[in-house]
Amino acid sequence: MGLTDVLSKPGEMFGDMFQVAKLENVVQWGQSFSLWPYPFATACCGIEYMSTSCSDYDIARFGAERPSFSPRQADMILVLGTITYKMAPVLRQIYDQLAEPKFVISVGACASSGGMFHTYGVLQGVDRILPVDVYVPGCPPRPEALLDALMKLQIKVQSQGLEARRQEIMKKIQEINERNKPLIVA
Amino acid sequence: MNDKIQTYLQSNFPHFLIENRQINTNLPYYTLKPEGIVPVCQALKDHPEFAFTFLNDLTSIDWLGKHAIRFEVVYLLKSPKNKHFRIQLRVPIEEGEAVPSLVSVYAGANWPEREIFDLMGIPFSGHPRMERLIMPDNFVGHPLRKDYPLEGPGQDYLIQDLLTLHVNEDISSN
Repeated sequence: MGLTDVLSKPGEMFGDMFQVAKLENVVQWGQSFSLWPYPFATACCGIEYMSTSCSDYDIARFGAERPSFSPRQADMILVLGTITYKMAPVLRQIYDQLAEPKFVISVGACASSGGMFHTYGVLQGVDRILPVDVYVPGCPPRPEALLDALMKLQIKVQSQGLEARRQEIMKKIQEINERNKPLIVA
Repeated sequence: MNDKIQTYLQSNFPHFLIENRQINTNLPYYTLKPEGIVPVCQALKDHPEFAFTFLNDLTSIDWLGKHAIRFEVVYLLKSPKNKHFRIQLRVPIEEGEAVPSLVSVYAGANWPEREIFDLMGIPFSGHPRMERLIMPDNFVGHPLRKDYPLEGPGQDYLIQDLLTLHVNEDISSN
């Protein structure tokens, strides 16, 4: 059996000693179990995240136990709560400071759509300013829902290549920009 | 205490007082003309017996459709010397008119006056920094007015500046 035959079957086990894979897949597999979260907690969803990260629900089982309070040492931002228009520039700047490749989880009804706060001061969903990967419903969501969101994101990280990831981010940001073009009021 | 203050104000500042204004409140209140708020507060603060040295609160009311004069600025003064006795000073004001700033008498009036300007749209003349305190700087309108719609007029203009950061950057090439 030559090397070419082995490489044509990625993921296959050869005995119980070794397994072949593409380097990209190995990197993605490692990445998916070492997502460093940046909790951007502005409301009660932050309390649910605290419960999720502590020992009862234990987000460490999925490798995301290290909450980073500096955006430069994190690659997954969790938007936990209501975002006002005054907070929106802050959130956007923090997103720009995250280390690449970066992922966004929008937790709860407020972050995903503005929730019950359909008012003059509240941003109607963080997808107006950020390319969101996973939305978590609930007000606030149970810790199980947060863990499910993390597992969904892991599947996405494992299956999506770096180039596809870049293309998706560029496309989403262009859509956001298109939608938020300055309105001209006569 | 209240009788003494009433006698004092009526003998010293009769030209600033507005009589016959009935308001339901459990505190003694005096309705003043806008130009009288600074001298009256200064006098009540410096008076040796009354000594209203503390500005408890400074807020405003929108009486849209209920009173002839639309807005009212409410000053709540407290005298720690006299068992924390409190009085209200009320200044009725029409839309667009300015109230003299109280920062020269009570330094703590700075942020409440900015908050009233931001949310109710009442300007304070002579304030050191008459800018918005709570809403974003490019916000349009004054949301605590009774005729302001709850959802606002559509707030997309507030985020249009944010999105130029990554748009012009070709991240696929590096």
